[in-house]
Amino acid sequence: MIFDLFLLETIISGILFGGVLALLALGLNLVFGVVDVVWICYAELVMVGMYSIYWGHAHFQLPLLLCMVIAILAVALLGFLIHYLVIRPILGTPPINQLLVTGGLLFFMQSFATLLFTGDFRNLGLHLPILKLAEMYISFSRLIAFGTALLAMIALYLFLTRTFLGTAIRAISQDREVVVLMGVNAQRVYLAASTLGGGLAGLGAALLILQYDVHPMIGISFGPLTFMICVLGGLGNLIGGFIAAFVMSQFIALGGFFLDSEWGYVIAFVFFIIVMFLRPQGLFGKRS
Amino acid sequence: MTWFPKFAALALLAAVPFLELPDYYMHVLILILIWGFVYTGWSLMGRFGLVSLGHGAFLGIGGYTVVLLWNYYGVTPWLGIPVALVLAGIVALIVGYPCFQFRIVGHYFALVTLALAEVVRLLIIAMRDHTGGSLGLTPERYGDGMSVYAFQFVEKDYFYGIVLVSWIFGIWVWNRVEGSMARYSMEAISDDEDASAALGINVTWEKVKITLYSSALTAFGGALYGQYQMYVNPDTISGISVSLQIVFASIVGGMYVALGPTVGAAITILLTESLRVMVGVELAGLDGTIYGLMLILFIIFMPRGIVGTVWSRSAESLNVPKDSPS
Repeated sequence: MIFDLFLLETIISGILFGGVLALLALGLNLVFGVVDVVWICYAELVMVGMYSIYWGHAHFQLPLLLCMVIAILAVALLGFLIHYLVIRPILGTPPINQLLVTGGLLFFMQSFATLLFTGDFRNLGLHLPILKLAEMYISFSRLIAFGTALLAMIALYLFLTRTFLGTAIRAISQDREVVVLMGVNAQRVYLAASTLGGGLAGLGAALLILQYDVHPMIGISFGPLTFMICVLGGLGNLIGGFIAAFVMSQFIALGGFFLDSEWGYVIAFVFFIIVMFLRPQGLFGKRS
Repeated sequence: MTWFPKFAALALLAAVPFLELPDYYMHVLILILIWGFVYTGWSLMGRFGLVSLGHGAFLGIGGYTVVLLWNYYGVTPWLGIPVALVLAGIVALIVGYPCFQFRIVGHYFALVTLALAEVVRLLIIAMRDHTGGSLGLTPERYGDGMSVYAFQFVEKDYFYGIVLVSWIFGIWVWNRVEGSMARYSMEAISDDEDASAALGINVTWEKVKITLYSSALTAFGGALYGQYQMYVNPDTISGISVSLQIVFASIVGGMYVALGPTVGAAITILLTESLRVMVGVELAGLDGTIYGLMLILFIIFMPRGIVGTVWSRSAESLNVPKDSPS
């Protein structure tokens, strides 16, 4: 009986972790679906967001919520700048160059963060309560993160389906040539999607800083996972990525429960590689 | 008369141990040659558009296999290295073959190989009872640390000789590929797979072949690095960080010319080392900041790298591919 409760607790914490991953995968997928560029540095944007919150709160003693809003706006601006300054000049070149240039950004952001903040682990020193539910312990911060991530995803869904810009974004991810003929300014949509993708990374940062210490290398610990989730769900497929996030987080949670936390990741990544062979377009993707 | 500059350069490199340079300079030179060798191995694939973000996996397999066999079974690295190369080849085949068979290219290939690099890193950490996990592993010292049998040489001059020969071998392999039919097949494939297949090129086999060369060279580089440093660590020789390091240094130097990857190694290592000597460790991260900016500018303004750009400007007639890989 106790065993089953532990197992249930593991599954629940896996679901909660999946919520945040789904949010990040959504941002990355949005950028990919629209601009057709994989931002290898996406998790580093989250790192920048976490540092801005930490800085604002611990250094300038600003209220936490304000810091979070500032961080979301700052990372959204960063997303805008990445597209405007780095991606735009090489849009016409082979796609792998665009992937690699964001890899350069990854090095830059990691090292610059080390330069500014050193490699130390830092946290806000928050102590959020832990819920006790029928002998199970569920972290309140994870619950908040999960709930906020879900709300944000619903808001994004409404934005994409109910507004003109959202419709243009969906249209451009379906056929980027015809949409331009329909009078949509593609560059503007690219910028909007990049800004939105940045904003989602900022929101991810606000949710992750409740649970994790921030350090310059934190991006490496969940960046690769985020790409794999996107690819698993079919790159650019928002709903596929959402489901894949929960599949991967369950692998990690259950693998960690029965074996070791590294084994959870090993199983998840091997699963990813195998799925790539069986369905290269992703679990829910259409083959292009 | 193209042989003369080459010969002179080789003679100069071979004469370095007799110059009685301080150990630190020898150390930097050895690092440049080892990494130059590894980057050359990666570029064999990279130049044909097979951008692997997973070469850290082969580096890790190379380094760890040799050290584990030596520490636990007393197997000399002279046997351990061939075993490591075969293992790396098998892993390359297991992941590469289905990738090529199922036409996983571009982004998808990069991300699958990225997953492979992480799997190897995590496996090394997870098997910490044998591998020492994140703390790394030291090969057991044999006698006074100078032994051909154990492939351990505390004297830097000896190691320099070994590394130099390996590096020349790497460049030789590169040139062999450059002058082979496989090169034309691979260039055709990276332009258009369907058309090449229609012309009778066995797309999967050509890709597998080049992947095997590339992974074996990289694993050998990993073994050399482990034996030289007398220490292997999952975060420095496997996983995503070192994989990206391999890709980017090759791009900075230029992956379409034989010496490009080595120049990339020289630039990145000299940048790190000189900043460390001049600025010290208080500004940790400065080298990476400059390096990251350099990468971004390189990919935007000269995607063929330093050597590649200089080369093609001085000799327009050379048959260097006009576009970067797709």
